[in-house]
Amino acid sequence: MKFWRRTEKKHETVKEVSPDTPSVSQPLKAKTTKAERRALQEAQRAAKAASKANGNSAVAESGKASPAKSKKQSSQKKDGPPVTSSVTIYKKSGNHPLEKERKKDPPPQRMQFDDQNRVEKAKRRALVNQTEARNRVEIFRHLPQYEHGNQLPNLESRLFQLDSMHPAVFKVGLRYIAGDISGVNARCTEMLRALQDAIIDYSTPPEKVLIRDLTAKINSYVSFISECRPLSISMGNAIRFVKSRIAKLPLSYTDTEAKTALCSDIDRFINEKIIIADKVIVGHAITKIRDGDVLLTYGLSCVVEMILLSAHDLGKKFRVVVVDSRPKFESQALLARLIAKGLSCMYTHINAVSYIMHEVTRVFLGASAVMSNGTVLSKIGTACIAMVAHEFRVPVLICCEAFKFHERVLLDSICCNELGDPDAVATVPGRMDINYLDNWTNKENLQLLNLMYDVTPSDYISVIVTDHGMIPPTSVPVIVREYGQEHYIT
Amino acid sequence: MDFQVVVLAGGVSKKLLPLVSKELPNALLPVANRPVLSYVVELLELSNLKDLIVVVEGKDVALNVGAWISGAYADRLHVEVASVPEDVGTAGAIRAIAHHLTAKDILIVSGDLVSDVPVGAVAATHRRHDAVVTALLCNAPISGPLESVSSGGKDKTKKPGRYDLIGLDPTKQFLLHIATGAEVEKDLRIQKSILRAVGQIEIRADLMDAHLYAFKRSVLLEVLDQKSAFQSLKHDVLPYLVRSQLKSEVLLNGTPQAEENGTEKVNSQSNQQMISQILANASEPTFHLRHTLGTIGSDSVRRAHKCCVYISGSSKYCARLNSIQAYNDINRDVIGEASHLSGYSFSAHNNIIHPTAELGAKTTVGPHCMLGEGSQMGDKCSVKRSVIGRHCRIGANVKVVNSVVMNHVTIGDFCSIQGSVICSNVQLQERAILKDCQVGAGFVVTSGSEQKGEVLAKK
Repeated sequence: MKFWRRTEKKHETVKEVSPDTPSVSQPLKAKTTKAERRALQEAQRAAKAASKANGNSAVAESGKASPAKSKKQSSQKKDGPPVTSSVTIYKKSGNHPLEKERKKDPPPQRMQFDDQNRVEKAKRRALVNQTEARNRVEIFRHLPQYEHGNQLPNLESRLFQLDSMHPAVFKVGLRYIAGDISGVNARCTEMLRALQDAIIDYSTPPEKVLIRDLTAKINSYVSFISECRPLSISMGNAIRFVKSRIAKLPLSYTDTEAKTALCSDIDRFINEKIIIADKVIVGHAITKIRDGDVLLTYGLSCVVEMILLSAHDLGKKFRVVVVDSRPKFESQALLARLIAKGLSCMYTHINAVSYIMHEVTRVFLGASAVMSNGTVLSKIGTACIAMVAHEFRVPVLICCEAFKFHERVLLDSICCNELGDPDAVATVPGRMDINYLDNWTNKENLQLLNLMYDVTPSDYISVIVTDHGMIPPTSVPVIVREYGQEHYIT
Repeated sequence: MDFQVVVLAGGVSKKLLPLVSKELPNALLPVANRPVLSYVVELLELSNLKDLIVVVEGKDVALNVGAWISGAYADRLHVEVASVPEDVGTAGAIRAIAHHLTAKDILIVSGDLVSDVPVGAVAATHRRHDAVVTALLCNAPISGPLESVSSGGKDKTKKPGRYDLIGLDPTKQFLLHIATGAEVEKDLRIQKSILRAVGQIEIRADLMDAHLYAFKRSVLLEVLDQKSAFQSLKHDVLPYLVRSQLKSEVLLNGTPQAEENGTEKVNSQSNQQMISQILANASEPTFHLRHTLGTIGSDSVRRAHKCCVYISGSSKYCARLNSIQAYNDINRDVIGEASHLSGYSFSAHNNIIHPTAELGAKTTVGPHCMLGEGSQMGDKCSVKRSVIGRHCRIGANVKVVNSVVMNHVTIGDFCSIQGSVICSNVQLQERAILKDCQVGAGFVVTSGSEQKGEVLAKK
């Protein structure tokens, strides 16, 4: 604060003495130097933000950066900005720290796997030895793709070598690689429970602060889990929540107090954001189901399943069309459960969607994440269904908890996606005679693509049912702004 | 990783007489001039498991084993040798050391296992499925190529006992049935409920139980407590757990009890149910889940526990030392195909000759042979596919084929040893011919004697 006031005084005296002299010679010099200085400033600001994120080194660097920066600022101020701006400058300086936080520096860039250097570096640090797949699709080179056959045995045989990993976290990693868990809610819950176990067993080593050490440990666990299977966006939200709770722990807490506080926080997160949120969503969505409806659903979403079952329990009369797709056939499990409860269902594959859409009255879909521009990231095929429904003027309802909202903006399905096992696409289980693609890895002009996610634009979505209510897709940034702050961002 | 390792090293087994004795218990029987227990210990050390409990039968055996271990592994490993009274069986051994077991899962390894299967893989499978027991299955050993004629008579009774009948589910992850070949006379009994739940069982006779188990500690101790008649882990405990996997009574401790104190508890109970519902719906339903879910609404809630298997790849070697035939086979394999296990480096002729060993003139040592420290061979000897121990004195014109000769053996001239095992401190006088014999420690074979398929031991 002191620096600013001094520059104000300097600025005023300069103005009084010679208002004109700066104008002639300074502008020429001012343009180039101002641009350079601004560029320098931005670079320093970015460096400062990055170092702040690291935590420990922040003190030293920011100490160095701020006097340099303020010097540049003061020299900039000398070059003829009008009087009114001095007021704004003062205001700016007053709000300066708050605005910096609100400015939201761009999130650290996700690892792009077509950058050779970074991939090499990451491989050296990696705990899970993965061999990269052959015959990768060019357009998706920036996504990780590994040979699925030997991932699990590789990791299994190193169970005892990875001593730094907590057993619960290792188990979750194993289950991810083996494909035992699917669906964002389940993955998130398992991961949070494993982190909870790890926190319970944690004890601060001597000479270390709990907050920093525990955050570092959680970072290592999370990077292990993401090596096993790339994290989904909403899992990132959950991890940010955990880290922010750790950072907010008062320093006076002892180990046990801190651990119980954290565990209860995680329990509360799972409870509020997943369980109770699901109940609220079910309550809202049931009002949209009338007697005589034909509802269409795709994929295996636990929220949609709960909605259908509760509506049936309430006595509403409706039919369900369950749409499924290769290679996972996830909806068959949903279908089995619905039939067991007595709902009348129709089962079909996604290639028939345009033929049955004319009899459908509502479409209920689940989501993996919802972006700020209203686009929905979900299991592949969802965009197709939403588009066909839009053509037939059928309302599309996305049911998704609020913790899956994210401030990113996605315009296409290419930047942020996940590649699955190409062998799953090449083989048909139970049909040994369809073996035309048996050694596809040897065919150089053949590439197999097994995408896991796709992005549905907001135009095709009628309403998003969340635990905050039923909102149009354009209101997503409002929710992120209002409710995101208190939970996820410090 | 919350695993504790128990090595069951046995005592002085009757099947391996006269090779074993009070001074040389089962665990210290040399394979390729290394005690067989060292193979297990090295395997565990490779997997970074440094805290072991070795259980032996009998106090003097414990002393011997303990002395050897502390000599060889004092600084690298932390080994605790526990002795149990003889003839209590493997289950009894575990009961005896139950108070030492604290970790969540126990890895039980038989001390006579010679293998290079990664132990971590078995443990990881155990953890992944949250199983109650995980067994390691390996390909059953086929008899060696140089099976000599006379062994037919003795081994015919042993052969049926060497394989197990294993029932697996279609995904080859779960164990549905296990029976030792020796027990099966004419028919095989399979639980109908298991068959109905799974739909398809694959019965295999080419897999062998390698006696490496991962148990959940609470379940194991509970079963041992409840069923005090169980003597053996392999023959009693494991089949019991496999048989009762769909009507489990052993998981009663794990479920939350219905002690509701107010609405909070009720809420948390229903929340727990919701969470478990979400997790159950998200994962691939195993037949256990389908079976238990089918009983919701009925009075008796069935619980299921999982018995998993880990099938070792065909590239891994796995064998158990439980008979003399197996002893010969393993010796042959360790210096032959599975030479990476022995830890020695092979010379150019594909055999291991210790630097201090002396060979006479015109003596040939063929490939896949091993000559120990300080041994001396006379002229015109020929050694083929054999293991010769330390400090042996072998005379001239001796033929050693397909045999194991232990330490400090004196062999006179013109002897011929074929397919035999000769223990320490034995003296073979001139022109002794032994074929498929086992000579106990300290014996003296008189000159000129011809023995075929005999067991020669000091009385």
